[in-house]
Amino acid sequence: MASPAVPFDEPRPRRIGERILFVLLLLAIVAYPLVFPLPYYRDLGIKILLYALLAQAWNILAGYCGQISLGHAVFFGVGAYTSSVLQLSAGWSPWVGLAAGMLVAAVFSVLIGYPCFRLRGHYFAIATIAVGEIVHTLAINWEFIGGARGLTLPIQPDSLAAFQFYKSKYIYYYIILALAALCFLITWHLERSRLGYYLRGIREDPVAAQSVGIPITRYKLIAMALSAAFVAAGGSFYAQYLLYIDPDSVFPLALSIMICLLVVVGGVGTLWGPLVGAALMIPLSEFTRIQFGGTGSAVDLLIYGGLLTIVAVFQPAGLVGLFRRLRRE
Amino acid sequence: MLQIPSAEVLIQGIMNGVLMGCLYALIAAGLSLIFGLMEIVNFAHGEFLMLGMYTAFWMYTLFGLDPLLSVPICAAALFLLGWLTHKGIIRRILGGPMLAQIFATFGLGIFLRAAAQFLWTPDFRQIAHPLVQGPVKLFGISIGLAQLVASGASLAAFAVLYWFITRTEAGAALEATAQDRQAAALMGINTERMFTLGWGISSACVGIAGAFLASFFYVFPYVGSLFALIAYVTVALGGFGSILGSLVAGIMIGVIEVMAGLLIAPAFKYVAVFLIYLIVVLIRPQGLFGKF
Repeated sequence: MASPAVPFDEPRPRRIGERILFVLLLLAIVAYPLVFPLPYYRDLGIKILLYALLAQAWNILAGYCGQISLGHAVFFGVGAYTSSVLQLSAGWSPWVGLAAGMLVAAVFSVLIGYPCFRLRGHYFAIATIAVGEIVHTLAINWEFIGGARGLTLPIQPDSLAAFQFYKSKYIYYYIILALAALCFLITWHLERSRLGYYLRGIREDPVAAQSVGIPITRYKLIAMALSAAFVAAGGSFYAQYLLYIDPDSVFPLALSIMICLLVVVGGVGTLWGPLVGAALMIPLSEFTRIQFGGTGSAVDLLIYGGLLTIVAVFQPAGLVGLFRRLRRE
Repeated sequence: MLQIPSAEVLIQGIMNGVLMGCLYALIAAGLSLIFGLMEIVNFAHGEFLMLGMYTAFWMYTLFGLDPLLSVPICAAALFLLGWLTHKGIIRRILGGPMLAQIFATFGLGIFLRAAAQFLWTPDFRQIAHPLVQGPVKLFGISIGLAQLVASGASLAAFAVLYWFITRTEAGAALEATAQDRQAAALMGINTERMFTLGWGISSACVGIAGAFLASFFYVFPYVGSLFALIAYVTVALGGFGSILGSLVAGIMIGVIEVMAGLLIAPAFKYVAVFLIYLIVVLIRPQGLFGKF
């Protein structure tokens, strides 16, 4: 049937040059807010890392396990709303809220996934769009969580415990960096673990995977829960960073699409694809927004859509795949 | 939570649901045709519809041509678009990874929507004085004349499509290609031409639906998204690849939508549609009439 999007990604010993490159990259990421202290660049860095986190989380399910979800914004919203509602109605710390959001999203994703994983390929993708639209509509009409007006979080004294920083906002940068790093670390480990092999086996040929004794639904659910939890962590972070959320900003189909786009451009089913995609596309989106004035003229979407099609048709393995092919030749 | 409306309102609602359902069915039929033919979901289907509506709108605005009269133009324009889509994009991803198959058309949809917004602004537009408008009274229920014409025309188009597929030689070739690509090719059927034809017909369906829709619905870049979602649900409910299934499912969805709006709350009408879809698909993943 379908040929694999990416040549099977065998973990291999890294060359010394690669290690140095990796350390340099890491240093650059850590030093970024100190080198670019202006608020605009700091915000850009935070956005890149946030989207890299979301993209990597989606990649776990779609890239490694082959289940294409077009409704991942649901988990982003669940994370954002869980921590916010817990803080507003029960006075819980946003940190506990973030963990709770991850848990709620994981449970929720299993509840959605259990029935939806009976569907394959296109059917699964459509079902996730439907779930996304249902949740979005319900959130708009659910008064307990603020309905369409959304929720505003109270401003509190500057402290790590309160997850609010005004004197030195770059702490937000390091928090999202830590979350993204954790997600990348887990994915890195996943590539080498038995779980990772199972997931790729399910992606390449579900029937064959099942016939060698892999309980495919269980492993799809594990991938889904892991993926949802990290997207939810991103959602909680977003709520704390902006201190205001509403259904249209945390549940939109456009967010789900954006997440997919980053990974597809960067390289589906690769460890670095999500970061490459986010580091390239988020600044591009900022640039078009500045050049052409908001999304009113839709130039950014014009570029995204065109790019998505071009990459899918001509380079389905994304930029990372292209880079690998060039190096092999 | 349930509000029980009067019998009169209920009948009126069901009637409107059936009328809208016929249009949904025609939109879904195009989607279903392609899926049956080559197992690809056109995620830009809604945007094709949007372009059909804009074609009708511009024909009216620029040349004063009523949507009813521009139907052939819309159908031809969209046929061409479908043809080009297959030649330019789909042909290259046949047999490619699932991901490429989904995102190629998904990206095209985003692109077309953005292009419409870029060229024609996000404004809601309307055809000011369509040939058919206003309500008519039928057995005591009042029905929008434009809706009545649209659903009648959809049914007619549907009948033509059905006749074409089941009764003509080209239709048989199309069906043969859908059943077994290789066997069809061995029998001397030019499958590549069948695919192109399938895309053309599929797109022409939404061209026709778009023209009729334009005479009573707003035209704006995002108009396709809602109809596309309903179309996916319709096709999945009726069974991918089953043209007749689309008709039954389309009408069902039209009625469910109106009933949910009347009985629960207008905000929840699409929630009900999607929920019913999820329930049906989970019990019967192949849809109501799908073969699988």
